Amino acid sequence: MDILNTFLFIGFPYIAIAVFLIGIIYRYRYSKFTYSSLSSQFLEGRRLYWGSVPFHWGILFLFFMHLAAFLIPDSIIAFNRHPVRLLVLEIGAFMFGITVLFGLITLFVRRINNPRLMPVTSKMDITLELLLLTQVVLGLLLAFTTRWGSTWFASVLSPYLFSIFTFQPDITAVSAMPLLIKLHLIGAFLIFTLFPFTRLVHMLVLPLQYIWRPYQRVLWNWPRKKVRDPKTVWTRFRPKNN
Amino acid sequence: MDVRSQISMVFHLDKCIGCHTCSIACKNIWTDRKGAEYMWWNNVETKPGTGYPTKWEDQDIYKGGWEKKYRGIGLKGAGRRKGLFNIFHNPNLPVIDDYYEPFTYKYLDLIESPDMDDQPTARPVSLITGKPMDIKMGPNWDDDLSGTPDYARHDPNMKGLSPAEQEALFQLEKMAFFYLPRICNHCLNPACVASCPSGAIYKRGEDGVVLINQEVCRAWRMCVTACPYKKSYYNWDSGKSEKCILCYPRIESGHAPACMHSCVGRIRYLGVMLYDADAIQDAVSNTDDDKDMINFHLNVILDPHNPKFIAAAKKNGIPDSTIKAAQDSPAYKFVKEWKIALPLHPEYRTMPMLFYVPPMLPVMASLTETNNKAQAEKMDPKAKVWDDNWLYDTSTEDLWGTIDEARLPLQYMANMFSAGDTKTVRDVIKKLMAVRFYRRWVTVGDVTEEKTNTILKEAGLTAEAADEIYYLTALAKFDDRFVIPAAHREQALEMMEFTGDAKGSMGFGFKEPPKRGL
Repeated sequence: MDILNTFLFIGFPYIAIAVFLIGIIYRYRYSKFTYSSLSSQFLEGRRLYWGSVPFHWGILFLFFMHLAAFLIPDSIIAFNRHPVRLLVLEIGAFMFGITVLFGLITLFVRRINNPRLMPVTSKMDITLELLLLTQVVLGLLLAFTTRWGSTWFASVLSPYLFSIFTFQPDITAVSAMPLLIKLHLIGAFLIFTLFPFTRLVHMLVLPLQYIWRPYQRVLWNWPRKKVRDPKTVWTRFRPKNN
Repeated sequence: MDVRSQISMVFHLDKCIGCHTCSIACKNIWTDRKGAEYMWWNNVETKPGTGYPTKWEDQDIYKGGWEKKYRGIGLKGAGRRKGLFNIFHNPNLPVIDDYYEPFTYKYLDLIESPDMDDQPTARPVSLITGKPMDIKMGPNWDDDLSGTPDYARHDPNMKGLSPAEQEALFQLEKMAFFYLPRICNHCLNPACVASCPSGAIYKRGEDGVVLINQEVCRAWRMCVTACPYKKSYYNWDSGKSEKCILCYPRIESGHAPACMHSCVGRIRYLGVMLYDADAIQDAVSNTDDDKDMINFHLNVILDPHNPKFIAAAKKNGIPDSTIKAAQDSPAYKFVKEWKIALPLHPEYRTMPMLFYVPPMLPVMASLTETNNKAQAEKMDPKAKVWDDNWLYDTSTEDLWGTIDEARLPLQYMANMFSAGDTKTVRDVIKKLMAVRFYRRWVTVGDVTEEKTNTILKEAGLTAEAADEIYYLTALAKFDDRFVIPAAHREQALEMMEFTGDAKGSMGFGFKEPPKRGL
């Protein structure tokens, strides 16, 4: 049991992180064309709304709440000290979990039922869909059975995850956790491992620069402003026109 | 002042015979691929008609183009706020059924079928699912006014026409139509570029061609919504948007694009125009009135003979060959000198750089009330012809009357080419008619010289201009129609810097196969 725990909660997370980092960088550098959200809205647009929108907004909220519990556990615990705030947070998060579940099921049914979508569905898409579905169901179950997740996550799992990132892994607390929580953790590592090989990479290229870039974009083969004026002296920059 | 050069086009609609050769030339070169079967970077529509995708001109449905805001302009269906909030589901995205589901036939069944009592048939199969399908729509489904009740009657350009006018248009004896070939307009104020969240779409500084960098496109699909002409297409297989590239490899080497080169009716002209990039912002956002857009648009285009502009162009690094091409440009002559070419739907405020010479034939043809029975009696029973001009009135008695009583109402043309302003279209058609009268005087001689001069004067043309218009319309040779400055070898990217650095950002030259990602 100890060996299995050691592998699942020390070995596996490091494998996941390594595969994730190497994978996304390699794919970005050598297979940039495949970085795409691969939207299928063009083939089916109406049902997608009821799947994609709840799924994305829900998962965004859940992702950032998990991140917050990991990065600022003390603040979360302090926030939860008041029972009303704890309830609001827990119920809110649970509702977002339900939203994600609803979205995922809608998306899955949409994929299966529409023959037009099968040609643009890879085996990896199905795998990922099932994996996310399992992960969300596990998350909802453990939020319901082992309360109150936001507090114990911050006090028990955050130190464990921190120990992973500081290369001093400590799994005593995790080994004692109930099976549901262990499965949810393993699911998370699995998603990270598969990340570079799935369409999930589109979240890494979220177009935030659109907020501040000017609307129009003009590119020059011969950038007028960069071309060296022959009258000027050489600089340490490589001149563009010779 | 920031002078730049732009490859600009003129399509002379009177000469278009609707043969679709341009579409086929384009398809064979660029879009004969999986995911792109349904795309027609070049397509030819019958007008009146709903076009491709169906009703693309109705921006209440598709929300394309720019609209005047309290201050300046904003994108109608995309932009920073709408684009990012609708990124998970774009409510204004057309779906494939708005174009048509691509299909082929199982031709192999015809020759591989076993011996049967019945003849084998080639069933249509979908190019998406591969399964047999019923064809509901295809490219040019409404060609030549076929299915008029379903298509032509729903043309968005009918707005502003009285019900009686619309009804008259679809009387079998009076039906009139013309063809509208369309490619990407390579706009000066492109909505697709502005709408792209990833910044994958850009306008080339040297020649103004608008391109999509396939390595940066992430399928946020806002360009499809934003382009009011629906000339940005989503490749459902590769998950990237694609659009007309104006055959830039051919342009760079001084050749005409495939659609233009193959044009049977020789309706297409292509040349360089100089414009002031600094003036665009004001031009598109200054006026509340869509009808003023044409004038603002034309003001941005500069006179290539003016020494002041030539000096500014040279200072901006525009080569002499390009300036020379701008001076000889057929596009400049049609658009600015003679003012007989108009942009398609200037009210979208994208400043399209593809201009159309409106068709005259549906206007010229006569409009006498028809009494079918009376006409039938008048027909010569042996020769089966009428000896009067009841359908095509080619008399020279009345000068401009035919314009206002045109079979295809002027308001319809105006809705397409001048944001509903009939005066602009009337002026253009007057000029075109004046050239015809003038040539009739020269060749047939049944018009008096005085009358010809009056007509030219009223239309605002000189005899020399009429001669030139006639030459460029009817006689122009290949090199007159296409004045393209080849790209300069010494400015080629390879000469200046490591191509790997620059080509990625310039949207061409990637080595990996364009395969759909996982």
